[in-house]
Amino acid sequence: MQTKQFTIGLFDDEDVLKSGIKSLQAAGNKIYDVYTPYPVHGLENLISIPRSRLPIVAFCFGCLGFSLAMLMMWYMNIYDWPMDVGGKPNHIPMVTFVPILFEVTVLLASFGMGFTFFAVNKLIPGSTPRIMDERATDDRFVVAIETTGTTSNDISTLFQKSGAVEVKVVEKEADKF
Amino acid sequence: MHESIIREPLVTGKPDLRRITDDVLAPVLNKPSKAWWIGFSIAFTFFMVWIISIAYTFWVGIGTWGLNKTVGWAWDITNFVWWVGIGHAGTLISAILLLFRQNWRNSINRSAEAMTIFAVICAATYIFAHMGRPWLFYWALPLPNQFGSLWVNFNSPLVWDVFAISTYFSVSLLFWYIGLIPDIATVRDRTEGLRKKIYSAMSFGWTGSARSWIRFESVSLILAGVSTPLVLSVHTIVSMDFATSIVPGWHTTIFPPYFVAGAIFSGFAMVQTLLIVARVVLKLENYITIKHIELMNIIILVTGSIVGVAYLTELFIAWYSGVEYEQYAFLNRVTGPYWWAYWIMMTCNVITPQLFWFKKLRTSTVVTFILSIFVNIGMWFERFVIIVTSLHRDYLPSSWVMYTNTWTEVGIFVGSIGLFFTLFLLFIQFLPSVAMAEVKLLLKGSSEEAKKKVIKKMIEQGKSVEGVVIATTATLKKGEKDAN
Repeated sequence: MQTKQFTIGLFDDEDVLKSGIKSLQAAGNKIYDVYTPYPVHGLENLISIPRSRLPIVAFCFGCLGFSLAMLMMWYMNIYDWPMDVGGKPNHIPMVTFVPILFEVTVLLASFGMGFTFFAVNKLIPGSTPRIMDERATDDRFVVAIETTGTTSNDISTLFQKSGAVEVKVVEKEADKF
Repeated sequence: MHESIIREPLVTGKPDLRRITDDVLAPVLNKPSKAWWIGFSIAFTFFMVWIISIAYTFWVGIGTWGLNKTVGWAWDITNFVWWVGIGHAGTLISAILLLFRQNWRNSINRSAEAMTIFAVICAATYIFAHMGRPWLFYWALPLPNQFGSLWVNFNSPLVWDVFAISTYFSVSLLFWYIGLIPDIATVRDRTEGLRKKIYSAMSFGWTGSARSWIRFESVSLILAGVSTPLVLSVHTIVSMDFATSIVPGWHTTIFPPYFVAGAIFSGFAMVQTLLIVARVVLKLENYITIKHIELMNIIILVTGSIVGVAYLTELFIAWYSGVEYEQYAFLNRVTGPYWWAYWIMMTCNVITPQLFWFKKLRTSTVVTFILSIFVNIGMWFERFVIIVTSLHRDYLPSSWVMYTNTWTEVGIFVGSIGLFFTLFLLFIQFLPSVAMAEVKLLLKGSSEEAKKKVIKKMIEQGKSVEGVVIATTATLKKGEKDAN
């Protein structure tokens, strides 16, 4: 297994974290990733993460759900076994189809988006994550920068200057998300 | 996150990020307390009552219940609607309050959503139980079958209900679990050995990277957006099980909004019943503050009043319609042989919640707890009144009968409460009962500590702090621990 070296800086405050990232970037460093215990708003602009496209995924799955529900009800109640209600013409009874059209739309939109979310984040039951520091899920904001033996010292001092409470050099798998 | 200083703090005391983790995970990381074991044994005993009653029902048939050919639905559907209604508060807190950016939901949403899921499980047991032949439940599903190509009838509200309840359950479960993933990762990083392995598998490998948080928030928002109409649709469809029939007392266009309001009303009452005990036992008073309880009481007051207006509207419309069957149905409700059920309903749902107009009462945990039990009882009787009193006397006087329940029905009902509490107690012991990540998000702007800092700064700068000081010290006056 290939490993990479990362220098990580642990911050204890989101505002210090943001200004720290700015000063690290000003010195010309590329931030590998940031790990936080809660969503820090404004971070996405600093390390230029594009807007999530998951809502579009949800919309597409919703459309799929709507179409499937329509197809199912049309096939079962109109085509395959025409439902005779009071001898009325066998049109699609839109009003009584609405509840199920809605429910199936919501079901597919939610699960389609949910499973896409798991897939793009590589969230798989039982997978072993690459944890930079265990306190990233607790009370530390972890900034990781890819380094080599020679650059790690410079980065470490830079981290300390920008307000990190702790700096570490770690070896982690290279091919992980 | 910026928040106006005059809003009351949502986190009291002096917790920092680490303290929040410590406080919330205390029950998860430690062995169960004595109180937990006592609660669990009681709940489990009742759960066993459920097992026995339901087994007896399945073995012998629903002839073990007090139903007859006039009253074909009674405790079973009463309990079903009661449990589904209770579930609605969880979705309201997790979805609707998220869309309205009500940050106070952050510390109560996890347990309320768990309550939703367990309540819907309890409700689902009645769907199977009342079928009589539960092994044929798949007849309600649109499956190819041995009767030629006879399919389910999509014009039937009962089929809508199958879709609504199963969608509601699965989407709520997904929403709840996605929200749990970051917090389970926190547990994973705090434990060792086998438990670490289990929590690691359950956390799906969450790392908290910036990109995953962006997606997480995006998913939460969309799920909240689709769950909002979903939760409204569920009780609407439940009400249509009744409203599309021709039974006097059921055939009412007011049912959908009236049922939804009642569902939220009863759900919040159950949230109060659970959280008022849980916040003390789990020592979460700094996160589930009196302010939270007060805000939920205001929702109870509003929805309770909507329900009250609905009851009166029903009576008025019955009289105003001039339909004598409808008129008799309501006269029979109020003064007939089940008058006591009607008046328990009226007292517990319409009269006693009005006490929450008084700030002193809605900020008292004892009063809130008692009144929340009242609402739970009242809302059970509401469904009993709607179902049984409408059925037992309808168009044909020769078929008029009385309905009396049997011990089996009582056993299934109290047993399902046992099932609910068994699941809830397991949840608070093994999973984080407060959404830690979401509470941590509030710490910087909405905590008492943060607000005090701002006030200090304002005083130093010589600004007026009059109204501000009153708002931030309000929680301290109500018997909370003083941070200083």
